[in-house]
This record gives sequence, C-alpha cells and structure tokens, in this order.
Amino acid sequence: MSLNEFLAALDALAAEAPDRIAAAADLEAWTEVRNALVGRQAGRLTEILAGLGALPKEDRREAGQRANAVKVGIEEALDTRRAALAAAAATSGPALDLSMPARARWIGAVHPVSLVIDDVIEIFRELGFSIAIGPEAEHAWYNFGALNFPADHPAMDMHDTLYLGDEQVLRTHTSPVQVRTMQRYRPPIRVLAPGNVYRRDFFDPSHAPMFSQIEGLVVDEGVSFADLKATLSHFARRFFGASTRTRFRPSYFPFTEPSAEMDVQCGVCGGGGCAVCKQSGWVEILGSGMVHPAVLEHAGIDSERYTGWAFGMGPARTAISRHGIPDIRILYDSDVRFLEQFAR
Amino acid sequence: MNISHEWLQRFAPHGRSAEQVRDLLTAHVATVEGFERLRADLAPFVVGRVVETQRIPETKLSFNKVDDGSGTLLDVVCGAPNVTVGATYPFARSGTRVPPSAKNPEGLLIEKRKIRGFTSNGMLCSAQELNLGADADGILELQTDAPPGTALLDVLPVGDVRLVVDVTPNRPELLSHLGVAREVAALTGVALQRPAELQALPAFGGTTSWATQELLVGGFTVRVTDAADAPRYGVAVIDGVRVGESPAWLKACVEAVGGRSINNVVDATNYMLHGFGQPMHAFDAATLGASTVLVRRARAGETLVTLDGVTRTLDPSMLVNADAHQAIGLAGVMGGKATEVSASTTRVLLEVAEFAPAVVRTTRRRAALSTDASYRFERGIDGGATAEMLALGAALIAAVGGGTVIAQGVVGTAAAARPAVRLRPSRVARLLGDAVPGAEITALLRGIGFAVADAGADALDVVPPTWRHDIAREVDLIEEVARLRGFDRLPDALQGARPGTVPDHPLFTAYRRVRDALVAEGLHELRPLPFTAGAGEDPATLVRVTNPLAEDEPFLRARVLDTLARRAEYNLNRMQGNVRVFEVGAVFRAQGRGLPREAQHVGALIMGARRPVHFSEPQPPAFDAWDAKSLAEVMARAAHPAAAITLVPGDGAVLWQIEADAVRIGRVERITLDAPVWAKPAFGVELLLGDVHNVPVAAPSTNVHDVAPVPATHREPVRYRALPTTPAAEFDLALLVPDAVAAGAVERVLREVSGAQLERLELFDEFRGAGVPEGTRSLAWRLTFRHPERTLRDKEIEGRRVQLLKSVEAQLGVRARTN
Ligand SMILES: [Zn+2]
Repeated sequence: MSLNEFLAALDALAAEAPDRIAAAADLEAWTEVRNALVGRQAGRLTEILAGLGALPKEDRREAGQRANAVKVGIEEALDTRRAALAAAAATSGPALDLSMPARARWIGAVHPVSLVIDDVIEIFRELGFSIAIGPEAEHAWYNFGALNFPADHPAMDMHDTLYLGDEQVLRTHTSPVQVRTMQRYRPPIRVLAPGNVYRRDFFDPSHAPMFSQIEGLVVDEGVSFADLKATLSHFARRFFGASTRTRFRPSYFPFTEPSAEMDVQCGVCGGGGCAVCKQSGWVEILGSGMVHPAVLEHAGIDSERYTGWAFGMGPARTAISRHGIPDIRILYDSDVRFLEQFAR
Repeated sequence: MNISHEWLQRFAPHGRSAEQVRDLLTAHVATVEGFERLRADLAPFVVGRVVETQRIPETKLSFNKVDDGSGTLLDVVCGAPNVTVGATYPFARSGTRVPPSAKNPEGLLIEKRKIRGFTSNGMLCSAQELNLGADADGILELQTDAPPGTALLDVLPVGDVRLVVDVTPNRPELLSHLGVAREVAALTGVALQRPAELQALPAFGGTTSWATQELLVGGFTVRVTDAADAPRYGVAVIDGVRVGESPAWLKACVEAVGGRSINNVVDATNYMLHGFGQPMHAFDAATLGASTVLVRRARAGETLVTLDGVTRTLDPSMLVNADAHQAIGLAGVMGGKATEVSASTTRVLLEVAEFAPAVVRTTRRRAALSTDASYRFERGIDGGATAEMLALGAALIAAVGGGTVIAQGVVGTAAAARPAVRLRPSRVARLLGDAVPGAEITALLRGIGFAVADAGADALDVVPPTWRHDIAREVDLIEEVARLRGFDRLPDALQGARPGTVPDHPLFTAYRRVRDALVAEGLHELRPLPFTAGAGEDPATLVRVTNPLAEDEPFLRARVLDTLARRAEYNLNRMQGNVRVFEVGAVFRAQGRGLPREAQHVGALIMGARRPVHFSEPQPPAFDAWDAKSLAEVMARAAHPAAAITLVPGDGAVLWQIEADAVRIGRVERITLDAPVWAKPAFGVELLLGDVHNVPVAAPSTNVHDVAPVPATHREPVRYRALPTTPAAEFDLALLVPDAVAAGAVERVLREVSGAQLERLELFDEFRGAGVPEGTRSLAWRLTFRHPERTLRDKEIEGRRVQLLKSVEAQLGVRARTN
C-alpha cells in the first residue's frame, strides 16, 4: 500500500463519517455507527490503521498524524451526536403517565412493642441511662431471694412461676438484672433493662405467658424518692405529652421500699372517667420504689452509703392502648397483615 | 377486700363522701379498684317537679303536670294525698322498673296508661316504693334545689357504696373494716371507735382463762398439739342459742361486703371476719365427740367432709381441728359438715384462733381450697387480739342468737410485744428527699397505732403494733411516713445526676444493628412465644418447663426458626403467602442439671414474592436461595461487623453454614412447612448474636466491682485508598464448567492468577442448554483490571486472558466456551 492509497482511504472515511453519524436516529444506531467507524474490533479506522505497518518508514509519521486528525474529528462528531440524541431521548416519545405508581419494594416494620421500648429508651438515654441485658432462664435466687421475696409467702403468689428445675425459673420479671448489674458494676448506676419475662398465665385477651418488661435502676449516693418522682414524671410528660399529670399510689413490691405505682391521667377521657380507665380517670403505667436495702446488701453494696430507685413497666400494655389493639394475642400471632400496619 | 362505706363510718365517723374515702385510700393506703353503688336500682329515677295539680272528682287521685326536665310537661296521675305544686319528688318515667317488693317480686314496670280516663305517663314515688323506708303515706318530698331531670341518686344520699380495695400481701390488717377505718381515722383526724351495734352487748360475767397446752372450757377439753401451728387457740361456749334469721343490720353488713346471710350465728362470725379481720368458726357443740376439741396435724389418709360437701383426704402436712375421734375441720380454712351449726343447734362452740401462716398456706394448697379465713391467716392476723375477739364474737352471737356465754378460754400465750425499730429522721430526709420533722413523724406513726419514743438526737424508737407483720427495719417505717404524709407532697424537680459506669450491653447494640438491617430489607419483626413441641430435635438437648402451660408445647425452643416456621404456617392458614419475618430472641439448650445454655439468636424467614407487583413486573419472581444467601450476608455483617463473614456451602437442607472469623455461627436453610400447594418455597437464616451469661456474677452479698470490665470488641477503621487515576480494562470469560466444579473454585483460580491488578470479578451469567455439553454449564465472568500507575496495554490484557484460560484448564479442567 502506498501513502496515497492510505490517505485516500482516510479521506473517504472522513467524508462519509458526518453523514453516517447524522443518520444515527437513536442511541442504539449511534453505537453501531461508532463501532463501524472507530470500533476497536472491526471499525473502519482500525482496519485502515492496520495498513500503517505496511507503509514505507518515512511515510508513517505523516500517515499517523493524518489518521489521528481524522479520528479526533470523527470522535468529536460522535460525541456531539450522542449528546443530541440523549437530549432528544429525554424529551421525546410518548409522555409518562405520571399518575402511575412508583416501582414498589417491600417495606419492613418494627414490632409495635419494640416501638414502645424504643421510645422509652430514647427518653431515658437523654437522662444518661445505658442498656443492660440479663438471662431469661434464671436462678431462683436472682429472681426471688436476692430481691427480698419472703420464702413461702403470699407475696410469691403475685408471680405464678414457670420452673425449669427446683432452683431454676423462667424469670418472672426483669428485676434480676438489677442484682446482676449491681454485683458487676460500681455505682453510680443508671441502667434500663428491657427483656422478656414469663408467668404461668394462660393466654387471654389481656394476659400472656410471656411478655416484655422494661426495668430501670439508679444507684448512687444521695438518691431519693424525690428523684424517682421527678424522673418518672418527666418521663411521663415526654412520653405522653407535656401536660400529662401523674400520681403515685402506695404499693408493695418486696424489692422496693417505699413502693409506689405511677398512674398518668387517662388520655381518653382526660381524667373524667371512662371505660378505658375503669372510671378512675387514671391509667396505671409502672411500678416503682426505692431499692430495698436488703437488695443492695444482697448485691454486695453498702446500703447505708448508697440508695437507689427502680421501676418496671410493661410496654405491651402501652402498645395496646396506643394503637387501639383489642386483644393482646394479636401481638403474638404474627399475622403479616397486622405487622404491615407498622411499616415505615 | 370489699369495704362498706356505711359500715366503715361506724368505725371511723369521718364524715367524708365515699368518693373522698376512695381517693384518700388510694393516695395513702391501698388502691381502691372498684366503686359500686349498691342502690343501682334507683339509678333511673329522676327529680320531678309538680307544676299543676287538680283532684279527680270522686277519687283520692290527683291529675298532675310534672316537669321531668325533658322539656315537655308530663301528665301523671297520683294517688298520694300530699302532692304540692312547686315541690319535687322522686319520679319514675315510663319504662322505669320500681324496685321489687313482696307484692311485686319482679318490680313494677311503669308504663303509659289510662286511669279513670286520665292519661298517666310516669309515677311519683313514695319512700316505701323505692325501698327507702316504711313510709307509704305519701310521696317522698325531696329537699333539693336540683333542677328537674337530675338523677335521684345525685340528690338523695341513699344506698351504701362498696369500695373494692386492692390489699397488698404485706398489709393483711387492711382485710377488715377496722384496719381500713384505722387508716381513715388517722388521715382525717377522727377517733377510731367501736360500732354502735357492738356497744351494748351482753357482757360475759366470768373471766377468760389461759393455759399453754390444754384447758377445760365449759366442759370441753381444748388441746393444741403444737403451739407452733396455733400460737393462740380460743374457745367460747354459748348456751341457749336459737339459730334463726339475723337482724336487719347484721344482714345488711354481710350483704354490703358481697356475702349472703345464712343464719344469725354464721352471720355473726362473718361480721367479725369482715369487721375485725378475725376469722371465727362456730361448731354445733352437741356434735363434738367426747366433748373434746383438738388442734393437730391430720393423720395420713384421714378423711373429712368440709362445709362445701366435698370429701377430702388429708395428710400430715395439713392442720385440722378434731374431736376425740376424727377431724372436724381444716384448721384456718373451712369447718366440717358434720359439726355445722344447724336450725336445731342450741349450744355453740366458737373457735377464735391464730393459726401459723405457713401451715394454713400448706393446708390450703393441699386442699386446693382458698377461703376468706385462709386468706387472712396466710397473711397474718392480729395475734394480740385473740382474747378480745373471742369475747366480742361470743357476746355478738349471744346478742343476735339469744343465749349466754358460759365459758371462754385461750390455749397459748399472749403475743409478745414486737421489738422496737430505730428510726432516724435524718434517714427519712435522705431517702425521701424531703425533711420531715421528728414531731410530725411521731404523730403520723402514733396515728396508726405505733408506739414512738424519743431515743436521743436523730433517733426514735418505734414499736409496731401486733397487727403489723411487715415492720422489721427502719425503711419499713420510712415507707409508713412517706405514704401517710402523701407522695404528692414530695418535691419532683429533676436534679443533676452523675453518669453511670455501666456500658451498653453488646447484645443490645447488636440487636439494634440487625433489626435496622432487616427492616431495611423489608422484613417484619416478630415477638412470638418461644415454647415449642420440639419436633425434629433430640428432646434430651431441649429445655423442658417443669410446669408447662400446654403439655403439647413443653419445651423452650433451641432455634428461632422453629418459632418462625410455625408463624409462617399461621399466615399460610390465613392465605398469606408473602411472609418476610424475623425475630431476635433467646434460645435454650439443656446442659446438665444447671441452667440451660442461653443465647441470643436472630432468625429470618422469607417466602413468596421478591417484590410487590408493579405494572412493569406483573409477576415478580419468588424468593430463592440466592435471596436467602444475600440476607444471610446482610444479617451476619450487621451482627458481627468486625468479623470476616464466610458462607460455606452445606448439603441437603442446609444451604450454607455461616462463619464469622472461621467460627460457625449459623446457617441458611430451606424450611419445610405444612404448606398448601400454592405456597412458594420458604428459606430461613439463623445466626448467633452472642451467648447470654447466666452464671452468678458473684456470691450472694458480694460484688465484683474490682474486676475490670471486658473492653468492647475493637473494630478496625476503614483505611482510605487513593482513587484511581488510570483507566480500567475489562474483558469477559465464558467458561464451560463441569457440574462437579464449584464456581467458587473457578473464582479462586481466577483471583490467584490475576493478582493484585484484578479490581473486580463478577459472575454475570449461568447457562445450560444448546451448545453446552451435558454435565456442564456455561458461566461467564467479567474481569476488570487496573494498573495503579499506567494504562494497561492491549497485549498485556490479552496475555492475561490466555494465562487465565490455561490455568483454569490445567487446574480444574475448565475450558473456554467457543460458540
Ligand atoms: Zn378514662
């Protein structure tokens, strides 16, 4: 091949390229044209360049420069055409029916009881609480003895227990975590302990043999019932609304003293009395009290120096009233149509 | 405990309304959980005002216009002589039922009717018609300014109120009107008194005799075998009793607390139980063999027919009353049928005792019979009042049944005074966060029967009364001060607090990470019950509940997927085939005789469509094993972010074993369900988040505060890699891979041979069929190479391609696909 033949082939390609590029009506055709003109495998330019080696050495420089100029010209034209086609593609064609639904994907959901636990944790986190976890299968000592339950006493009747052995139980409350935490960590202690607890209660619309509980525990020097009252009332206002009123009623738990249950004013009737609050105007939210000195002592903590307070609440009850769920068993059945209602 | 508002006032004339008493008790004593007006039958009656009246000639009747607040004046015919214009009366609108009477046991239904040609549309009522008294001479004129239409019960203070008090197990003295009245009296500042009906009882002339073991009372030998079972056992003999109906006041008391009047003798014992919290039992003295009353343990196999007619077989853990021959009652629980007081009884032997809580609890449990008496004995009655209660109970029976108390005596010794408990006002202030002056503390405690003596600076010696079994330490007294003063009075401003020393438990943070990841994947969190039938598991490795709720599900689960599979079936039964669920929860494996091994697992189950239907994809594909594998990787990385996660191919039902840093932590599997034909295959992933340690932290009464906490797992931070400045080169390799050769093995070779410049290796196609020999498949990879400093030359790329093909052929017998 001579230089002239080589250049003629280049010229022919340069002459033909603009029309072919302009003729590409869409991006697919454009790709074909590009491959035909400058494609690495079978493009015309590639074929012409294959002849470069056959030229006399003194001609190769000029041939290479010309070939490169043609290549740059074609590529520029290709880029311009591509941009034009892309712009046209974006605005042409039949208009989208924008009322049609988005491409769908499954949306997951957190269980409504977990949502309540999350909310409780969030509020106490602001107050410097961290999260403790304990076993569900427990030694009777952690579940009862350490918590000052008198042996063989009617107080035990409040906890109908599922046993795993003589001295092993499925914990009846999250309070054993109090003792484990106090044995492990030096005060100041500020923890929340969410977890499942078990009672020998048969399933009915308002009882379940396993349910979740959230325990709270504070131990330090100079901690008083006034702190308990202030913190839990603050929690109630954050959780139920800034104007929420609370009241504390005397109660009895073997592991706290003084013990008190906290009610909030019924959100349904505003305190006037209704079916939800059994006409009392108040709804029970949690049990609480000052940690009994015997419990501190069982955990190896000096009960003269340190005082503490604790509370326990049942998030399922709150979930039920918050969402208007008529039967607690719905929380356990796991019907996906129920769970989907909490998708977010 | 049912408390009658009227009865309570006879102990403590507090002058408060029932509502006020309810609020007072709830705030300071025990929660009142029920509030029932006993004259609910009067609820439909309203205040009616007579606006006009005229006599109906030749009758005693009047024709009246009555304003009942409805806006329309009603025509009402009335037979009473005292109808006065402008006055108000109880009014029954038509449709109201008048309370039952002897004449009309169903209660007269008031309806619109004609009387002597005059329409009557309701009734003006007399006191007798409303069961409010005997006065039938005229209608009851109301002394009220309330407008017509007001509910009668709002203006007429009639009808007792029953307060249902939730008495906690530590306060058994509140299981009586006396106990509740003591608190109300203290809170309202009135003196506690003995009810009027008990103030003029026939006095017993003699004295109450005491003996430690055996005593003769009115001709009866009374003996207690073991004083530990019955520290005080009192007996009175009442002669000449006529068993019959109770007087109205006594009936009213029994009925006010929800009981049923039986006869005067039994009603008197029930009065003492509900009034004073002292259980009593009356025997027909004539039925007692050899005039003997014993308190002893039952003999093995001994039988007794109790008052409820049930024949019970006893054992020596149970305590009985017995005569010389046989058991006559379950001590502290229920009397026997054979010795029951009947219409023919004339001599009554009254038992007033204090039985030990533990033995009554055992007896009650063995007999599976809980009674008002056993409930009180189990919690502890006032041991200091036995003789007083005996005298009062005997006198009451004599008063309501006629007869005379001929003897009374107690076997046992008087209850010892309780030891004093030291109380420091400074400690009260510290625990409550509010200073309470010593004088106020003293007054509060004395108000409910505690003896308080000054014991120097910042010290009070407090002796609790015999009815309080719950006061042993200083803090017990502080609780009394707090509640009597009222929790309302304590300050409640948030104070600063020191930060705690406890780190977040890693299982909690792992739960949150995994949950977030799975919710983002479109899964729903479950919180189901963890009990299982244990199908497919070796029962010896499972943890069995000793007293399971259901015998067909007696085990705790060992795997979360066991639970999730049952929940998936539940959904399939409800025609729900798209199930994407997960749970983070505890699983259990038996280990010897101790507590089980407990761990937190996350399990996830997917079944059904991979995506919801969309017009661009009318039939979305169903989840397959590759979705499960992807989910497993997501879960494992979220659970163990610091670990290298590998999925090792399994066999059969187990698709992959999941490994974290080469330790097996879970698996991916096909789930076999009891599923209808239309159901899609289900896949499960389960893996370990971590063990839950249940060994004791430290011995009782000790701690391990000096042991340094285990540091949290350190996670290497991501190191920045310089962004590429050179172009990448890529090519595809289509290989014919024999079925026996794993794609993973091919990839391993490709990576090894390619070296560090291989940037990406993507398996993008699998094909079997035309052009691909039987027993092989075509797998195609795209390889992306990049040199960090320069552009790779075409020749280099081609050289690599050839080398890769050679290597896979040499090492694995894999050739390039040529067609
Ligand atoms: Zn309400």
